[in-house]
Amino acid sequence: MTIIEAHGLRKTFGANIALNGVDFHIEEGRIVGLIGPNGAGKSTALNAILGLTPFEGQLKVLGRDPWTERDVLMRDVCFISDVALLPRWARVSQLLEYVEGVHPRFDRAKAEAFLAKTSIQRGSKVRDLSKGMVAQLHLALVMAIDARLLVLDEPTLGLDILYRKQFYDSLLNDYFDRSRTIIVTTHQVEEVQHVLTDLMFIQQGRIVLSNSMDEVEARYAEVLVSPENLSAARALRPIYERQSLGRSILLFDQASDRSQLAALGEVHTPSIADLFVAVMTHQTLGSQGSANRASANRASAKQGQGATQ
Amino acid sequence: MSTQSHPMADGFPTWTGGPLRQTRPFYWSVRRELQENRYLSIMPLAVAGVALFGFFIATIGRALASPDLAQRRAVLEEPYHFVTALIMGAAFLPGIFYSLEALHGERRDRSILFWKSLPVSDLTAVLSKLSIPLVFLPLFSFAIVLGVESTMLSISSLVLRANGVNAGPLWTSFFQSMGTLLYHLLTVHMLWYAPVYAYLLLVSSWAKRAVFLWAGLPALAIFAIEKMTFGSTHFLGYLGYRLSGPEPFDMDAASKVPMEAMTHLSLARFLTTPGLWGGMVFAAIFIFGAVRLRRSQGPI
Repeated sequence: MTIIEAHGLRKTFGANIALNGVDFHIEEGRIVGLIGPNGAGKSTALNAILGLTPFEGQLKVLGRDPWTERDVLMRDVCFISDVALLPRWARVSQLLEYVEGVHPRFDRAKAEAFLAKTSIQRGSKVRDLSKGMVAQLHLALVMAIDARLLVLDEPTLGLDILYRKQFYDSLLNDYFDRSRTIIVTTHQVEEVQHVLTDLMFIQQGRIVLSNSMDEVEARYAEVLVSPENLSAARALRPIYERQSLGRSILLFDQASDRSQLAALGEVHTPSIADLFVAVMTHQTLGSQGSANRASANRASAKQGQGATQ
Repeated sequence: MSTQSHPMADGFPTWTGGPLRQTRPFYWSVRRELQENRYLSIMPLAVAGVALFGFFIATIGRALASPDLAQRRAVLEEPYHFVTALIMGAAFLPGIFYSLEALHGERRDRSILFWKSLPVSDLTAVLSKLSIPLVFLPLFSFAIVLGVESTMLSISSLVLRANGVNAGPLWTSFFQSMGTLLYHLLTVHMLWYAPVYAYLLLVSSWAKRAVFLWAGLPALAIFAIEKMTFGSTHFLGYLGYRLSGPEPFDMDAASKVPMEAMTHLSLARFLTTPGLWGGMVFAAIFIFGAVRLRRSQGPI
């Protein structure tokens, strides 16, 4: 079943285009990583999905328009925007009471059970908790909601590695049951690599990659090329090349013929971080190339006009 | 995005969800406002405590020191209107402060993202915030006045009875003034002031900073333009009319306790005052604006 469906999703802030008519759909039971550089449009896309910002184009989340039906949608959707948004004045017990009072799918006993595994006291105020504890508290509240879609926008920002690991472990072991769908954006891509079922790269308001992890494994290959094979490898038109410890690492798209690549060196599936850098660089160079070509064409056209005058 | 082929999604039942539990979003929204803004209840209670303390020390002391029985009775009757005005003021001022802060504070501390992650509509959120100055504070301050003044009266009755004076007329007058106060609160504080509080909430939902200044700026600008262009002060007069009650604004009457402006108005006359319904229309427009702004606003 399709959980999110977007067609021509567009959002502008003045002259700045945050989302440039993107199309995508997300199916039930997936854990989708939405990855992109700062200002690429990740948070704008998530805000549109969560009904926090108006948009142009078509967007349906669980069959509803999120902009006009946010409050109804939030019965089935949860989100954590970042670790610092729980009200600082509130006590833990007050938050539990409040969420229980307003959310028809909140199971307080479940939240209490999650909190029992932590050192968070019911009488503590949010302002007195450490950043990691606030993240644990927020996660306990969210995991006790029987939601269909969970959206995480940089949920572990500023947390130390122990809390970050704990966060994703809890999410996978105690929450995700494959009937739920999770969308996560983060800059710490290595930490979510093992969690994701799908990957979406976004750059300058456009989706530049959208594949399941299986498809990513089948499509991309990274080859550790020895110097004598470098020119042969380059001839196969890699999308990215980098140096590591004196050896060249080339990343190939549409790398279906693995035996051909294996002859050039060690073949690996690239990490999300390496793939991200490769795709982003490739896209940037591609668009710069187009821009340069366009500018050269304009210049030559001008010269031509000058010659005819 | 192609996600059909991944094995994790295959062979698992789709999400069904249990039955939706009954919830009370409005009640809990009001409750959390009171939890967050504890000064709303603490300030009138603190002032009531001070008033009661003052009554014990000063009024009872002065009454007992008065040699004349009539003077003693006059001293004991003296502080009621003052205590009422004091407690009402201690509720009115926090109401103004709260309204200016209510929709701005949640954007400033980013907690708006948490509140919006829950199934509570923007209309419920705004109305729950509006109910604090319009419903909670008037009724809460009435309960405090009732409690404080009945305590004061019980003590006065004991003092008077010890001197062989019947305190019955004092109680009759007390119940009458409580009835008038309740009428004043229900009409002026809950209905007449609705556009004022709704306007403050609208500014609170719009301004990025200095909400107090933004709230006062339009009034100041209109007053200045009118004064410089026409030499008149009709707008200032209208503001006074809106803040003092549905009677022609009279500068000489400004020193009176606001309650007195209402005592001679019947409910029917109040309900047919054009200013009431005009104010209600403006209140509805301001609330509509505040709801729309809250929907599109995020953290500052």
